[in-house]
Amino acid sequence: MNWIPGIFRRRKLHDDLSEEIRLHIEERVEQLMSEGQSPQEARRRACIAFGNPALVEERSREVWQWPTLESILADARFALRQLRKSPGFTFAAVFTLMLAIGANAVVFGVLNALILRPVNVPDAESLHAINQTNDQWASYPEYLDLRARNHTFSDIAAMALSQVALDSGKDPSRIWGFEVTGNYFGVLGVHPYLGRLFDPSDERGMNSAPYIVLTYAYWHRQFHDDQGVVGHMVRVNRHPFTILGVTPPDFRGTFIFFAPNFYVPMVNHDQIYSGEGNLNERGGRGVIQMLGHLRPGVSEAQAVADLDTVGAALAKTYPNTDGHESFALGRPSLPEVLGRPVRAFVAALMLLAGLILLAACANLGSLFAARASDRSREVALRLALGSSRTRILRQLLTEALLISLAGGAAGLAASIVLLRRLDTWQPFSGVPIHVPVQPDANVYLVALLLAVVSGFLFGIVPVRQVFRANPYEIVKAGSGARAGRRITARDILLVTQIAICGVLVTASLVAVRGLARSLHGNFGIDPNQVLLVETDLKISGYSPASIPPTQRRMIDALEAIPGVERVGLVSFPPLGRGGSWKANVFRDESRDLRPANAAANSFKYAISPDYLRAAGTTLLEGRGFTWNDDKGAPPVALVNRQFAVSILGSPANAVGRYFRAADGTRIEVVGMVEDGKYLSVAEAQQPAFFVPVTQQDPLGEQWMLVRSARDPGQLAKSVRAAVRGLDAGMPLDMLMWTRELDFSMFPARMASLSLGVLGVLGAMLSITGIFGMAAYSVSKRLKELGIRVALGAQRKEVLQAALGRAVKMLALGSAAGLLLGILASRVLASIVYQATPRDPLVLAGVVLAMLLLGLVATWIPAQRALSVDPLILLREE
Amino acid sequence: MPVVDRPMTETTSRDLFPGALEMMILESLRRQPAHGYALVQHIQQRSNNLLQVEEGSLYPALQRLLKAKLVKAEWGVSSTNRRVRTYQITASGLRHLEQQISSFERMFEGITLVLNPGKSPAN
Repeated sequence: MNWIPGIFRRRKLHDDLSEEIRLHIEERVEQLMSEGQSPQEARRRACIAFGNPALVEERSREVWQWPTLESILADARFALRQLRKSPGFTFAAVFTLMLAIGANAVVFGVLNALILRPVNVPDAESLHAINQTNDQWASYPEYLDLRARNHTFSDIAAMALSQVALDSGKDPSRIWGFEVTGNYFGVLGVHPYLGRLFDPSDERGMNSAPYIVLTYAYWHRQFHDDQGVVGHMVRVNRHPFTILGVTPPDFRGTFIFFAPNFYVPMVNHDQIYSGEGNLNERGGRGVIQMLGHLRPGVSEAQAVADLDTVGAALAKTYPNTDGHESFALGRPSLPEVLGRPVRAFVAALMLLAGLILLAACANLGSLFAARASDRSREVALRLALGSSRTRILRQLLTEALLISLAGGAAGLAASIVLLRRLDTWQPFSGVPIHVPVQPDANVYLVALLLAVVSGFLFGIVPVRQVFRANPYEIVKAGSGARAGRRITARDILLVTQIAICGVLVTASLVAVRGLARSLHGNFGIDPNQVLLVETDLKISGYSPASIPPTQRRMIDALEAIPGVERVGLVSFPPLGRGGSWKANVFRDESRDLRPANAAANSFKYAISPDYLRAAGTTLLEGRGFTWNDDKGAPPVALVNRQFAVSILGSPANAVGRYFRAADGTRIEVVGMVEDGKYLSVAEAQQPAFFVPVTQQDPLGEQWMLVRSARDPGQLAKSVRAAVRGLDAGMPLDMLMWTRELDFSMFPARMASLSLGVLGVLGAMLSITGIFGMAAYSVSKRLKELGIRVALGAQRKEVLQAALGRAVKMLALGSAAGLLLGILASRVLASIVYQATPRDPLVLAGVVLAMLLLGLVATWIPAQRALSVDPLILLREE
Repeated sequence: MPVVDRPMTETTSRDLFPGALEMMILESLRRQPAHGYALVQHIQQRSNNLLQVEEGSLYPALQRLLKAKLVKAEWGVSSTNRRVRTYQITASGLRHLEQQISSFERMFEGITLVLNPGKSPAN
């Protein structure tokens, strides 16, 4: 530890040394004078004999220095002094990097949270989700078979989503949670925060485990941390359930987007779930996710092979329900259906953010090169005085690194603020969906890494310049502009940067335009002025037999409200957040009704006669339903155009033809309606068919569409009063359909928003880039411009001389960027509905945007070039 | 100790190999303590001015020796009544010098053998 006093001794050492050197030279001078030299001559000779005292001193000091650290500190101090001298440059550089690194940190923060970070449970790395490769969900019996027959997993747990009416004695509310198998907590290794969690021993057959486990967040919110709730009874869909315990605060379920409020045993599914079908039905699709740890020593490939074997055996035993299923392992945090587009999108964003950083580096690289050539005189002087080139380079690099670290720190700070905001953001009221993107050490590390790498990237741009510099020439001639017609590295950087910005601007315009179009697109419905009323008759305690008459009474009651034009009833509204039913349909001539033989997996809606008019869906041909299409009448359906094309052969004579449902029922097509969008606005055209609600098993959850021009708030009040008039205890949720659509618009909106932000960033970078380049070239050539003006050059000629090059590069870069952007935008089309780069408006927009950017960026340099006063300039020399 | 191969700046003089200067300084100090100026004078005289050592280059070498605790320095007054910083060789400096000299002699022997094949090194 003798370096600690060493630091304090250092100053003394340095003073001693300078004194010693001074005395040495004195002694030599005296010696020479005593030999008869004149004092001046003596001093000159003494100095020649000694060599460069400053260099000697530096070399001597270096002996004592902690070799690198101290010289780095010295470089840093020097660089800080340099930067303080040009605050404008420093600010521009730091700001640019802040934007670029901040954008990268935010995108990486999202990537990290959604894709890289494992679920917060012990041993998360070996936890696998079991996905069916056809993206279908499994049935509970299938899950049981897989669990029993596989040889590669130590255990498999399953879960499903469900919404229940929870009544804890106060205000009953509908909340979202997970139905899980008894071994769920055991498989994940989650321990209770309070009370206990259920386990396999609690399950003794169907509806045998009326237990509920609350999440910490829900317990904290609803029960105000009351430890006494354990053992209490609550009503779940009017069935008594006992609160067993509370999960720990840091466990938020296995889905990353979806924070449940509670966990209930899946064996009690039939009490909890209000939709059609029951848990033990083969071919049901209730199990959303299966997950488990592999046994020690088992590889993923072995596990998949094992599962496929079981799947094949099941398909053989139950050909009508379990199609030949193959499996893949995935990460549990994102279900595969969601995971694929999310991953693709985040990866694309990361790529764009990387491009932004690259553009920023190119931008700063050319600024640094310009700065280095401005400082070439200083550099030359230092070279002439004996400084080594590596030393000078190190100083330039230190300067670059200081800037990049400052920019990185600022960017990281901004991104942390943004990520925290995003983390607490709940885009949809009522659905516990949120994006947990708390930044962690990984994000900090990546930001630091990016800062250092980009510092090196733009710091080394001037290297060649410094190495080539000939000190004698430069000191003699000054760093005046030598009219270079060659293409320099700086030009290439600028064109690259503008091209990248062009890509970003194109991509963001394509996305925004696509979103604008899809907002006004035709979804086969008219959601304006429609209030959605969601109720659940099963939850409200109605028996299957009493549901149809109740539905009629509710429709009549709502139709009686003044100002209400139409009232329709549907299982799930299209493009709603409740999702949608899908059913396998078969051609009329099909006799083999195995899933593999289905003509299509079509959307299916159960509707009341007036639904089409309430929803604003146009009937193209045939007739709609009447209340007479009930169980006593022959089964009928309406199909959309796509259904007619892909399943019935042609839309021309669809009406009157037949198709078969999965149970073999022949259904007559009595009408054809227009195509629409059903699950997502970006989906390709899908087949859909509609059946009368009166020919279906009674609906539990149902949505009523109330079309009225009245004020939504007033209307909601009247609707509530009307429903309460029939049943005072019926829970009901109301929302305008246009708001409900936000849900399906969400991905497109997020995509357009993030691309828009990146586009703006790109535009800002290209402004600073072009501005820097134009301003630099004008200031370099002021003298030349002055002479031109003095010799009678016109404004146009002056501008051409000053900015011609900049404009040419802008044009070149924009063209390249536009082309690349069009190519890149094809990827976008999969996320943003109707996003197409082959849109004259987009092309014109990009060209116009780049022109505007160029105009803005060159305005000030152009003014400066035009205001050149030759007299002043020429007098200076 | 490798010989550094640098381009010659002038045909008549060449850089010393690393450590050579330190060795000469230690040898001078072994005879008697001295300050920097006196060391330069001494080395130049003893080498019949064949070694043109830039005076300044002495100081980094002295600092290296100081740091390695092979010499120690003290401010004092010289016989000519000047304020000087006098260097003195330490015990470990003496040991180091002996090692250096013997390794230098072996190297020199080797070089001579290569340059004058057939002749045995003069002793």
